[in-house]
Amino acid sequence: MIKSEPIKKDSYVEIKIILLKPEERVEGIPEDTRKVPFEARIKGFLVNDAYIGEEVEIITALKRIVSGTLIAVNPPFKHDFGEPVRELLEIGWEVDELWKQ
Amino acid sequence: METVKDILAQRNEIMKKSLGGIDYNAFEKGGLAFDYEALMKFASYPIEEVLRIQLETKVGNTPLYELKNLTNLVRKISSPGKGARILVKDEAMNASGSFKDRRAALSLFQAKKEGYRGVVAATSGNYGAAVASQALQRGLKCIIAQEVFDSRGIGQPEILEKGRKCEALGAEVWQLTVGPELFFWSLLLLKETGYFNASLYTPYGIKGIEALGYEVGIEVKARYGREPSAVLITHAGGGNVTGTARGLLESGCTNTRIIGVSVDLRGLHMASDNDFNRKSFTTGHTGFGVPFAVNPDRVDVPRNAARSLRYLDRYLLVTQGEVFYATELLTRTEGIERGPAGNTSLAAAIPLAREMPEDEILVIQETEYTGAGKHPTAQLTFSRKMGVEVIRGKPGDNIPGKRIVIPEHLSQLSYEEHSLDKLKQSYLEHTLKKNEVKKLSLSELKFLQEELKDNNNLVIDYLNSKGVMYG
Repeated sequence: MIKSEPIKKDSYVEIKIILLKPEERVEGIPEDTRKVPFEARIKGFLVNDAYIGEEVEIITALKRIVSGTLIAVNPPFKHDFGEPVRELLEIGWEVDELWKQ
Repeated sequence: METVKDILAQRNEIMKKSLGGIDYNAFEKGGLAFDYEALMKFASYPIEEVLRIQLETKVGNTPLYELKNLTNLVRKISSPGKGARILVKDEAMNASGSFKDRRAALSLFQAKKEGYRGVVAATSGNYGAAVASQALQRGLKCIIAQEVFDSRGIGQPEILEKGRKCEALGAEVWQLTVGPELFFWSLLLLKETGYFNASLYTPYGIKGIEALGYEVGIEVKARYGREPSAVLITHAGGGNVTGTARGLLESGCTNTRIIGVSVDLRGLHMASDNDFNRKSFTTGHTGFGVPFAVNPDRVDVPRNAARSLRYLDRYLLVTQGEVFYATELLTRTEGIERGPAGNTSLAAAIPLAREMPEDEILVIQETEYTGAGKHPTAQLTFSRKMGVEVIRGKPGDNIPGKRIVIPEHLSQLSYEEHSLDKLKQSYLEHTLKKNEVKKLSLSELKFLQEELKDNNNLVIDYLNSKGVMYG
């Protein structure tokens, strides 16, 4: 297997940090939430070359150093306008009908 | 790293340092009472000064539009002579696209004035972008902590967009998984940085919205020669209701009814990892509206300046499907696209206007920007991916987290009246239990009566029914 190239330092990346393990979570939260860790994700510029999954340091937008597990390089914004929703499209013609009444 | 316990033990000390010298102890009056108006006076800017500060950073003076087409359409399905004029305050025109700029404007002005180098805010909503935008304009650093993902790393599209916007505006953005520990993490950030706590719930966070209520009151009176009959306010944490109501009073609108509106998400737990992505609204819903009304001090400051039960005359609930319908209707009749959450009160305004005479005026006091993620098509596509059914039908068939029902006809839009008396009784039950009250002093009794806008012996009747002494 060919080992992929490391991600170069100064790349814009995303890291993940486990802030609280399940047993450290606060009292009074629902069971499903208590079973999972409390995590953070934050983006910034990579301090040293590294592979995905490694512990790394990044420089944040405020030029602060934060460390965590490298999970993505140049992470895209994936949210969008979704698909056209027929149930909404229909409303336009219904409004036209109302005007005619 | 410090544990949750370590940080929570330092809670008061961290808050005091980060709140610009507001000493909350000074407002305590013994027992469960505190001097609310004295707390509000701490942000002692006259309203003209608030308006001036907001205009400095592209906030306020937003258009108040009469929705003529929508009003006419509502009249078509109303009895003769019915169908109040519907007006909307286009708060999406503020610097970062929502009324939250009003709250951020004053907080950031204060932070700068007091010499802080930056601010921290814990928020998954439009407030994050507002703080980031105001911070840029005031030359302050900005950190935003937001609840974004469930444990699988799946994010609400609406919140992902808010995160993008905060990053675009130069903030350091901490995107967190589901849980109330968001507040623990923001305390830690405050401690680490020594920045100002730009909480939504300080007097500054509320004072900024008073300008919104004030602008509405002044403009409606000038244009129509009368007060608005009612102002509809999307209700979540209580700040929008509190600030708008106070501003309307300041403008001399003493007869205007204050109506809170929330999306009905009863049955979904707000801190549940499983339920998190089954919500198709991330704010303006009962998951905030009810608990914040009943227990306002459950926030990141010792005393919450947002206290909705002091001001609400009515509290109405609408379904998710009705809000999506109203959002589409606004686009199709008035030619403007706005974000769904800001249209929550629009959904209630339609059935309400049908009941009111034509010469009366209803004001929807906010809109929010729309875009990728924050759009009905984005949110409904996501809902379907999360296994939520989306159909046309009767709004009453809606089931939060399971089925979104888009009404089939304008005349199907309605609202559910949520009993304010019941909310007030819950408030009393909670407060008496929390403070382990056996007997109330007269000052505590007066405080509760003011807290609950009680002109009707509601508090006394409740105390009598529970055998709690007072006097």
